[in-house]
Amino acid sequence: MNIVVCMKQVPDTTEVKIDPATGTLIREGIPSIINPDDKSGLEAALVLKDQVGAKVTVLSMGPPQADLALREALAMGADDAVLLSDRAFGGADTWATSTTIAAALRKLGFDLIICGRQAIDGDTAQVGPQIAEHLKLPHVSYVSELELKGDSVVVKRVFEDGYQRIKAKLPCLLTALKDMNSPRYMSVAGIFDAYKKEIKVWGLADIVVDETNIGLKGSPTRVKKSFTKGVKSAGKVYEVDAKEGARIIVEALREKYVI
Amino acid sequence: MDFQTDKEHSLLMSMYASFAEEEVKPLAKEVDEEERFPVETVEKMARYGMLGIPIPKEFGGAGGDNLGYVMAVEAMSKVCGTTGVILSAHTSLCAAPIYEFGTPEQKQKYLPALAKGEKLGAFGLTEPNAGTDAAGQQTTAELKGDHYVLNGSKLFITNAGYADVYVIFAMTDKSKGTRGISAFIVEKEMPGFSIGKKEEKMGIRGSATCELIFENVKVPAANLLGAEGKGFGIAMKTLDGGRIGIAAQALGLAQGAIDETVAYVKERKQFGKSLAQFQNTQFQLADMQAKTDAARLLVYKAACCKDAKLPYSVEAATAKLFASETAMEVTTKAVQLHGGYGYTREYPVERMMRDAKITEIYEGTSEVQRMVISANMLK
Amino acid sequence: MNISDYRGVMVFAEQRRGSVQKIAYELLGVGRRIADTLQEPLVALLIGSKLPDSAAKELIAQGADKVIVVDDPALDVYMTEPYAKAMTKAIDTYKPGIVFTGATTIGRDLAPRVSARVKTGLTADCTGLEIEDGTRNLLMTRPAFGGNIMATIVCPEHRPQMSTVRAGVMRKLERDETRKGTVERLDVKIEAKDKNVEILEVVVEKATKKNIEDANVLISGGRGMGNLDNYNRLQGIADELGGLVSASRAVVDAGWVGQDKQVGQTGKTVRPDVYFACGISGMIQHIAGMEDSEFIVAINKNASAPIFEYADIGIVADINKVVPALVEELKAAKAAS
Repeated sequence: MNIVVCMKQVPDTTEVKIDPATGTLIREGIPSIINPDDKSGLEAALVLKDQVGAKVTVLSMGPPQADLALREALAMGADDAVLLSDRAFGGADTWATSTTIAAALRKLGFDLIICGRQAIDGDTAQVGPQIAEHLKLPHVSYVSELELKGDSVVVKRVFEDGYQRIKAKLPCLLTALKDMNSPRYMSVAGIFDAYKKEIKVWGLADIVVDETNIGLKGSPTRVKKSFTKGVKSAGKVYEVDAKEGARIIVEALREKYVI
Repeated sequence: MDFQTDKEHSLLMSMYASFAEEEVKPLAKEVDEEERFPVETVEKMARYGMLGIPIPKEFGGAGGDNLGYVMAVEAMSKVCGTTGVILSAHTSLCAAPIYEFGTPEQKQKYLPALAKGEKLGAFGLTEPNAGTDAAGQQTTAELKGDHYVLNGSKLFITNAGYADVYVIFAMTDKSKGTRGISAFIVEKEMPGFSIGKKEEKMGIRGSATCELIFENVKVPAANLLGAEGKGFGIAMKTLDGGRIGIAAQALGLAQGAIDETVAYVKERKQFGKSLAQFQNTQFQLADMQAKTDAARLLVYKAACCKDAKLPYSVEAATAKLFASETAMEVTTKAVQLHGGYGYTREYPVERMMRDAKITEIYEGTSEVQRMVISANMLK
Repeated sequence: MNISDYRGVMVFAEQRRGSVQKIAYELLGVGRRIADTLQEPLVALLIGSKLPDSAAKELIAQGADKVIVVDDPALDVYMTEPYAKAMTKAIDTYKPGIVFTGATTIGRDLAPRVSARVKTGLTADCTGLEIEDGTRNLLMTRPAFGGNIMATIVCPEHRPQMSTVRAGVMRKLERDETRKGTVERLDVKIEAKDKNVEILEVVVEKATKKNIEDANVLISGGRGMGNLDNYNRLQGIADELGGLVSASRAVVDAGWVGQDKQVGQTGKTVRPDVYFACGISGMIQHIAGMEDSEFIVAINKNASAPIFEYADIGIVADINKVVPALVEELKAAKAAS
């Protein structure tokens, strides 16, 4: 069985700080990590590998530095790694990204594709289902449990108010939630081996894709502007009676759209 | 000369750091307060190959190197001194001598289980009357046919009781002094071998430190490590390696205390500003970090010498002397910068200070390290 | 694609077990504003099985000019492909310029699948939606980078312009039963092959008890609560805001609540959207565990308590008087919305 896990290397957004003087994002020194949902997807694939001997390939699209995330995946136990990296792929939105990744998946071949539900830098949750659409595969998103049953997978699909247990025939695509499991650490031996392996780097010439559908040019959406929410203003303290205090709090919560 | 960490070792450090933070740190306080040996941590370290880091794959190890190993001891010690010494004693004092001095049969028999962490290792040299003066061994081993009979006792043995395999030193010929000392591989189950009193310690309280008792323990002659009479040399070379491990433990304790202090002084406010804004804090921290960074270079250098199969005895002594004294100084300053809170068990720096003290004592006191270093200078 | 062929705003009226979800009305609220700006119609797309007529009527009362109903037994329980097929057909048939879907676990599954199929852009989790003067393009603003930055996205050359919209952000309209609208049925043939996965089990459950680290709203009580009864009253605020009650170390040490609820140095580090520090003085051990919270409300009768230095809003008053007043205000605010 061939499992391909799609992964993204992301900045650890929990480490992001806003410069208090300028109100801009401090990007320096933010560690890059494997996107948490993707890492759980990889763990789920490695569990299947332990159980039935699947071959696990990790696929990522990004700059050459994304090599590190793939090495980490190899050190955790993935068998093979492919990095899609080409200037032509740059600036892609989710539509163009999914188109590019789908092309690479066609070349790789697969029985099961596992993506993370969403990446912590973009939080869109779009690329997984869009890849499935491009490949005309069924997909199940928000997966929190996975079990292989013959030629199918049985998964738990989570909703806000409950869950479904869904059986999907292979080949199909799943998007994994990070609470699906606790990903294993890299092993010491795995780390020393990871740098002995070759990571395939595929550019535009290596995949079959319509050039007008990739990168910035192939993206239906554009970022018009981005801005920070600005420096947190100093708090206000009110010496008032309880009722007035409650009113002030509710008004503030309303402004923050909490209620 | 290359002072850059290469890719493998960078990745190793990031793995050790997450492992330490998520698996080891949450237990550190409890392990210390309850003097509890963290069995579950040992099992987890085994699962990821951390109990056989420098051992080649053919013997079940991770196929890594000593640099990668000391980084592990450093990372664990940063959050828990106990875990650091368990790892160090197992690897440097038991797996390493069997790997370096063992026969092919001994390696095949003991190394895979040790390197995979299925079995834990320990080392027994110190005796009530033979500490720094290791030549004063009272434990005896008498050859009787195809086995030796061991009698005597050992003191202050790390991992005692939890270890399955022990490298033990005993006199095979008392008349020859240090040349009468031999090394043996002794198994926990061998009849007559028992664990005596457990020490109540100031620091590294989760590590099991006990007396070993040998009463007519029959050890197969095949378990003689190295030749008869070569035990003292094996002990000294093993301790050279062990010192790098302990130096790494001290290094980790120092860095751990600095990290805790940096977080604390940013939070804690006095006189309307954070402690971090006071120049005394800034200067103290700078001194602490500078010394710790210097210690790190010495520790890594010693490990790299061992990896390169260069002499490392003096390098190991230098690293241990400097790192352990730095750890003591840095952890003491960390407690001071924490003020009253630093003296309470709510913050980990007091534990780190207690843990640091032992690094100046075991596997050769600071005085012994000074002897090794100066002897090399004056020869 | 001729962009001018696409007109109007379509909102996906998400229903579960036959009942239209609140998010649908929120989408109609923002959709109405956008449709009015464009002077184009607002339609609601209702997909399901055996849907009551009242559902469509309600969507009109909540702002829709037209309700398109796709009703088929195969659409009873949400399944990606049949729903994607229905929505795609609705888009192909009605050619809306804009499509809004709730950023729910259904909307965020359906919308990407459909956007890929109709080859258009999709912007996730929007919190701001406006029409740009001149171009009449939709400006879709959303948080990114873990909420640290906001980005405004456009989809200038493809239609429809699709976005998922975060729940609870948009205001629904005043309900108006006199509002006029039409209901149209759209036939979509769902074939056996469209049901490309098999749903073995559907389980509906109330939100499970969460860890305090995962809560969006935390109400933390400290020593200043006085006693256990007072501390337990914080649950009232938590219930109104869908949050959890947590504690300072003093409260845990007093045995009022378990250690799994403790915030701070020796407890847990939390970063909810809203953090209430009730009767908590703000010792640094506590601050270390909560200072990254998005919005901090502190209530303490001691005006010089350090917690006020970290609070976005501080109320100097007796917490045990503020709690009942706050519960009352929150109830009133909810009733009014």
